[in-house]
Amino acid sequence: METFKPCVVIQTDDFSIESEYQLLRAMKPNQTGAICTFTGLVREFGDKPDIQGMFLEHYPGMTEKCLQKLIQQAKEKWNIHYAKVIHRIGALSLSEQIVFVGVSSAHRGDAFAACEYIMDYLKTDAPFWKKEISKNSTTWVEAKSSDQDRKNKWLNDN
Amino acid sequence: MKILFFASLREKLNTNQESWTDMHNVSTTKELLNNLQERGEPWLSALNNPQLIISVNQEISDLKTLIKLGDEVAFFPPVTGG
Repeated sequence: METFKPCVVIQTDDFSIESEYQLLRAMKPNQTGAICTFTGLVREFGDKPDIQGMFLEHYPGMTEKCLQKLIQQAKEKWNIHYAKVIHRIGALSLSEQIVFVGVSSAHRGDAFAACEYIMDYLKTDAPFWKKEISKNSTTWVEAKSSDQDRKNKWLNDN
Repeated sequence: MKILFFASLREKLNTNQESWTDMHNVSTTKELLNNLQERGEPWLSALNNPQLIISVNQEISDLKTLIKLGDEVAFFPPVTGG
């Protein structure tokens, strides 16, 4: 039995969902019945129409540790084969991809749940910070209580 | 001991890190916070934030955590990735 290794990548470069999907597909080809992927994109914020993009800062070392721990926790909760997180840092324009979470499993229930769990905890626990870039100003994004609520949902459910 | 500052806090303090070779009688995260705030502005107000997060050796911590030379302590605002 191969050991489960959480895969975490922090990079400035973009990523290909197709390549990531094929990697997940190839891991346990005959036992994988479900692959769930999530992709987060840079979008306009409601109150700031002139936003041009954002800058992503992180805490090198702690970020990787934190995300590996989240994947490990998901592995302990659900029957998943493999999970990968990619998070981009640096300057990103509107509509660019920021984050990828991919999970493979025998069944869709485990894949859906683990993917959402990892993403919900990433939002509140992983040390990344976004700064919005507009034409004339830059603003650090404030943490949202709705993200905390989403995370807490997992505490109540389990 | 290495002390790191991130994001808006880094900008307010105009520094991203400092190194201590002496603990200056500081033995907990609370004492470190007080020591830094004693420097006056901008430290006083930038670190006077109940939402501030403290980590010790890359693990989220609280104000009661013991710290020593060789540790890596970080201060940062609530995270906003994803």
